[in-house]
Amino acid sequence: MNLLQALLACDAALLALSVVAVSVARRSGASAFVYGATLALSAALLAAAAAALIGRAGPARLTLPIGLPWVGANFRLDALSAFFAVVVNLGGAAASLYALGYGRHEREPARVLPFFPAFLAGMNVVLIADDAYVFLVAWEFMSLASWALVMAHHRDSGVARAGFVYLVMASFGTLALLLAFGLLAGAGGGYGFDAMRAAPPAAGVAALALALALVGAGSKAGLAPLHVWLPLAHPAAPSHVSALMSGVMTKVAVYAFIRIAFDLVGRPDWRWSAPILALGAATALIGVLHALMQTDLKRVLAYSTIENVGLIFVAVGLALAFKASGLPGAAALAMTAALFHALNHALFKSLLFFGAGAVLTATGERRMGRLGGLLNRMPATGFFVLTGCAAIAALPPLNGFVSEWLMLQAILLGPQFPQWTLKLLTPAVGAAVALTAALAAACFVRAFGIPFLGRPRSDEAAKAREVDRFSLAAMGALAALCLLAGVFPGVVIDTLKPVAVAVTGAAMPLQAEIPWLSIAPIAESRSSYNGLLVFLFIVASGAMAASVIHRFASDALRRAPAWDCGFPDSSPATQYTAESFSQPIRRVFGGYVFRGRERLDMPAPGETRPAVHQLVLRDPVWDGFYTPLGEIVGAIATRLNRLQFLTIRQYLSVVFAALVALLLILAAWP
Amino acid sequence: MTGLAVDLVFQLMQMTLVILIAPLLTGLVRAVKARLTRRRGPPLLQPYRDLARLVRKEAVVADSASWLFRTTPYVVLAATWVAAALIPTFATGLLFSWSADLIAIVALLGSARFFLALAGLDVGTSFGGLGASREAMFASLAEPAMIVIVFSLALIAGSTQLSTVAAAMTSGVGLRVTLGMALIALVIVAIAENGRIPVDNPATHLELTMVHEAMILEYSGRHLAVIELASMLKLTLYVSLIVCVFVPWGIAIADAGVGDRLAGAAFYVAKLGVAGVLLGVFETSIAKMRVFRVPDFLGAALMLGFLGALLLFVSRTLK
Repeated sequence: MNLLQALLACDAALLALSVVAVSVARRSGASAFVYGATLALSAALLAAAAAALIGRAGPARLTLPIGLPWVGANFRLDALSAFFAVVVNLGGAAASLYALGYGRHEREPARVLPFFPAFLAGMNVVLIADDAYVFLVAWEFMSLASWALVMAHHRDSGVARAGFVYLVMASFGTLALLLAFGLLAGAGGGYGFDAMRAAPPAAGVAALALALALVGAGSKAGLAPLHVWLPLAHPAAPSHVSALMSGVMTKVAVYAFIRIAFDLVGRPDWRWSAPILALGAATALIGVLHALMQTDLKRVLAYSTIENVGLIFVAVGLALAFKASGLPGAAALAMTAALFHALNHALFKSLLFFGAGAVLTATGERRMGRLGGLLNRMPATGFFVLTGCAAIAALPPLNGFVSEWLMLQAILLGPQFPQWTLKLLTPAVGAAVALTAALAAACFVRAFGIPFLGRPRSDEAAKAREVDRFSLAAMGALAALCLLAGVFPGVVIDTLKPVAVAVTGAAMPLQAEIPWLSIAPIAESRSSYNGLLVFLFIVASGAMAASVIHRFASDALRRAPAWDCGFPDSSPATQYTAESFSQPIRRVFGGYVFRGRERLDMPAPGETRPAVHQLVLRDPVWDGFYTPLGEIVGAIATRLNRLQFLTIRQYLSVVFAALVALLLILAAWP
Repeated sequence: MTGLAVDLVFQLMQMTLVILIAPLLTGLVRAVKARLTRRRGPPLLQPYRDLARLVRKEAVVADSASWLFRTTPYVVLAATWVAAALIPTFATGLLFSWSADLIAIVALLGSARFFLALAGLDVGTSFGGLGASREAMFASLAEPAMIVIVFSLALIAGSTQLSTVAAAMTSGVGLRVTLGMALIALVIVAIAENGRIPVDNPATHLELTMVHEAMILEYSGRHLAVIELASMLKLTLYVSLIVCVFVPWGIAIADAGVGDRLAGAAFYVAKLGVAGVLLGVFETSIAKMRVFRVPDFLGAALMLGFLGALLLFVSRTLK
């Protein structure tokens, strides 16, 4: 049995598990059974995908006699699929492990258990699909299964709306992908990816297909302005599903885009990359600024997902531009940065959503304004979440820094572009990436500092207890992977080599040959970074300073009330809150990004009514795009409403007129 | 093998030098400011005495503080120290200079700030939060400004490796508009990052104007000493950075002999002295600005750095 067959067998087993889960979901122990089984199957899938990636086997193919009668169902496993399968199943295995503990608190297991394996199976099949039919069916399967999981707690406020918006956007995205594949298949209708590769479309058609793919995959990944569903839907799901949606499903969308843009549309044109770069940079900035304004822990994480997707698309856009400009070495660097960041984001975003779930389990709260002081009450969770926050804030020596470093190194190759547009666009994108990274650091100081540090702001937070061992094991494993990928980045880069070769036709220099485990972006450049040494230096100098001071000076410690400039025993309500922490940044950026309005109603001295501070932040994308769009659709629907109340004769004449019109068009078609 | 040992000795010498000289630089700036305001001021070595006294005192830690509060000083010191050790002060091409480039140095300082801001939030007082939140706002503009300056330097020198940048600058790249822009931007960032006037006042304890001091308000004893040392080190780091990029003359290029390196060390100390005097003069001649003027100040640095990088992007290719 080859690896592709193994993957398919595991996917089939996941689907079967999903069916079994329907019948057993209400029994006790069902949760442990289902999550245990998904853990085993994800681990098997992970092993198979990793073997395919590391073994550097040539593409494996398989055709099953299901699906469309004249196409069959085609599957193919190449380096790109294998890498994303590793990401998906790493996330899937971690989420299953976490859910072994977290899932016990599920109020309605029957609404979660059957869909969880189906969701995993859908994502896995998308990655190995080799024709448009299988791809779209699996894509839609993934969308609907995740929609069902979002709707698990459908009676909670806001969830129904989140589900509705998600469903509309997902259908729209699939429609765009369907049209993109239609264009790629051409008049001959070759829906197999092989046929598309063999007969790449003309330049104009290819550009249109790529635009549709950007809309279709971008809407799933959360690319602005199609991101609006994401911060509604991702937090609404149970936390392990949020982790999968944010950490993993967005990567499937990135995969879809890379597959179409680098593999199926034929020779790339540099003009395509400009909108990708611009959209990616805008998405990153919009995402991180919104993340800084949110007060719900899981929504902060969801907006930060948008930010990271933006960064990934920036790197993908750079890779496309470099490839089209005949600079394969630089393209390989940018693509490696994109893939590395995709892996990193899957690791730390899953970790952080697990942490948010642990906080939810321990306190029943997601609002940061009701939390505080959790690091003292949940030390292990706090430590792992801190690691995740430091990693996502791109701090060395963790993994987030490495991928951003690679991205900046790729941007520094921008002057090599022959085109003026790209020469001018690249530094702007670079500045946007730098701004995003700095804002992300502020965002995660806030996202960790408000809930985990300080004093508890509610009784629930004060009574929080550490969560179960399964949840901690999942978080600990991901935190360790964040550190390992940051300390040994060369190993990851070398593992990504076959993917970069398959996608861009070149690879970064073999990092294993560089002494002392350093990494270097391109052979000619003299820049290098060594995560291991930086890590060891920090540990050594910190430990040395601490031990010298404790040994030779003083190690006496006294606990006392906080000093606070002499204000006695202030209430926990005087602490900085999530809102007040981001107030300076809101004042600097908020005016034009959120059209923020602050209104302060301060009663005159002597009046007894309370002072009111009102803060209104609006999303310009909703106001400027979706609200008018909704109104237009509503107006058209009202007009068309009359068509529902015609007599049978009128219907027949409408049908006849439509038929004649279509035939006329067909006759006039060149 | 002896080559490696010599290299190792010089690398250790660099690490020792920066940490030993850092309090002196701060003392010098304070002395200059005192003289300029017609005070006698504390002696030049006062910062060393302050640190020695603080280290011997017992540390008072707030009841609500977590372990993070007690670890942060060492993390901050370690990150700043490692960053400072990687900047060529008296010689380029030291043993470990290739283990992190300028982007990594900026990010290491970012790590230090990340943990310091968390420590500000840890005790759960309003002052700590105030300092952390303002620091986050400053950093959100200073860090990108720093990165675009790095872009400019990297494009001129062909590498983000600081040793290479310094070597390229000594070999003569001529006077450039972009270099001037980068210098002004870097000075602005350095002032903001070190909390000097006009952005923040290192001597203030007036509640509403504090930024850096508000974050570390709860620290005492050895923890405070370590944090103070880290911020002195950070000042030295930024001065060394400016010196090694913009006035690299006298620095010993890789493979230079021992004598050249010692001469480089003398040059370095002299340059630090000049920079300290200049900083003192600058700080005395200007008033502190309102907190919400700082974004404009840093925005100017960001714009200048960006314009410089843009000019270089369209005019050259990275070698």
